[in-house]
Amino acid sequence: MTAIIRRELNAYFSSPIGYIYLAVFYVFAGFYFAFSSLFSQSADLTPVFSSLFTIVLFLIPILTMRLLSEDQKNRTDQALLTAPISLTGLVMGKFLAALLVFIMGLAVTLVYALIIAVYTPPNWAGIFANFFALLLLGAALIAIGMFISSLTENQVIAATGGFAAGLGLIIVDALGSVVQNPFLSKVITGLSFFNRYSDFTSGLFDFSNVLFFASVCAIFIFFTIRVLEKRRWA
Amino acid sequence: MIEVKNLTKRYGAKTAVQDISFTVNDGEILGFLGPNGAGKSTTMNIITGYTSSSAGTVTIDGDEILESPLKVKAKIGYLPEHPPLYLDMTVKEYLSFMYDLKKLKLQKKAHIEEICSLVGITDVYTRIIKNLSKGYRQRVGLAQALLGNPSVLILDEPTVGLDPKQIIEIRNLIKDLGKKHTIILSSHILPEVQATCERVIVIARGRIIADDTPDNLSHAMSTDHKLTVRIDGPENEVFKLLGKLPKIQRVDKLGLREGSVYDYTLEAEPGADLRREMFRRLAERNWPLLSSRSSELSLEDIFLQLTDSDSAAALLRDDAAESAEAGEAEAATVAAEVPDAVTTADTVTTVDTGEETAESNGDESTSGGTEE
Repeated sequence: MTAIIRRELNAYFSSPIGYIYLAVFYVFAGFYFAFSSLFSQSADLTPVFSSLFTIVLFLIPILTMRLLSEDQKNRTDQALLTAPISLTGLVMGKFLAALLVFIMGLAVTLVYALIIAVYTPPNWAGIFANFFALLLLGAALIAIGMFISSLTENQVIAATGGFAAGLGLIIVDALGSVVQNPFLSKVITGLSFFNRYSDFTSGLFDFSNVLFFASVCAIFIFFTIRVLEKRRWA
Repeated sequence: MIEVKNLTKRYGAKTAVQDISFTVNDGEILGFLGPNGAGKSTTMNIITGYTSSSAGTVTIDGDEILESPLKVKAKIGYLPEHPPLYLDMTVKEYLSFMYDLKKLKLQKKAHIEEICSLVGITDVYTRIIKNLSKGYRQRVGLAQALLGNPSVLILDEPTVGLDPKQIIEIRNLIKDLGKKHTIILSSHILPEVQATCERVIVIARGRIIADDTPDNLSHAMSTDHKLTVRIDGPENEVFKLLGKLPKIQRVDKLGLREGSVYDYTLEAEPGADLRREMFRRLAERNWPLLSSRSSELSLEDIFLQLTDSDSAAALLRDDAAESAEAGEAEAATVAAEVPDAVTTADTVTTVDTGEETAESNGDESTSGGTEE
């Protein structure tokens, strides 16, 4: 697994993908930090984190699009699948590598917290809760993106699928308030990533939300493993 | 030891591999021969655990691939048809990654260097794989398979894309490796199998249609009691003389060549050797024998015959059983020499002089390979 993680990290940063992802993430995070905190002289980082929701939704497919599709296309999956490692180890390695790059981007928010700390003691608990929430969101989205990437050998399709999933998650919120049937409405809002995420950003640490994101993560990692397993039997 | 039992692989309605069984002993080099799409790669993918079988088992040293996959996979070095290379890595990074992936515990640096010099990629060690020629990529793929000295090597068309000089090197390397490793090698290039393998399995349309040594195969299919001779002498008298040879069954005139030189075909009873007696009698009359060749089939001919129809296959199995007893190896040498001579001749003209030519050589030998 560590070999996979190292190789994937290497791939992110020997191609432009890793740099572009980080650059775009830093630009947007910096933009929101500058406007909602620095210029409006607020020590609260919550607006930054809630704005990052949409950014992360659309940036993560860039990270995940090549995770498994590239191996399939270049036939390197033959080396991976005939090596003495388990499918779980392989998929987890890929997942953790993407998560690490995501954390590299996310870590910039801690720099913002330090900048604020120069002027006034920040609300550390709130910042860590937000950081944790974004981490959970990112992990869940990476799992979804990786799953989509395992379905195709075309990176463009994998990325498009990832964007579609992101759009879908946004639509879910709108749909929840439109649907008349109270039961359906409840189910749909239950699926909303944004509601659960904004619970965190508004300072509400609900364990069920943690469980929700962790479950999404686990389910899609499991699905990815099944897709690889199924391909062997096809 | 590799044991394959009743292996079957179906893709929907299409059966890629049907009921294949064979055993490869330790230190044996087995050649897998068959036309494109015969099921060679599928079988190899199943043995290495990349795809699963629809039915049947693969056992390596007593461990079944589906029951203890990690244990079995650790014993196998696999070079697939398309070398599984990460194009964005350097050779060094790639081999280091594969070393870690295989969880090897040797002297890492020394081991990788040793293998690089073995397959001859030391000079491209720090280059990015994307920029390497086909021949070099193939050798990096081979290096990857050799990492960790696995007891079983599965090589799917290992010499594709190499220039003739490299082909000879790699063949010799495989022969050397065969002393310590169990090797299955696939090819549709017949001289290659003949040059490196101790045993050949011919596979067509997903079935095994022959399983024998290359020599026995040649012999089984051969008509070594048939000769084509060229004799300088009066046509009718020579014809009569040939007709009186002991054990002769049939003589045909093939026609005039030059002056008083004629070609004839002779057919004796199976197993009879006409050559010595014929020479003695012709010498007595002072009729020079200009050439004589047995109508020996090369592996090419056998291959074509075998893969042409299934009825030929059934025929061959019976023949092979009979001829295994006779066991005359001399037969195959004629066939073996001809294609090899071609290869060596090529070597003289295309010895690589640098990296740029290595690239074009690689391409040339690919097309050359298919011609063979």
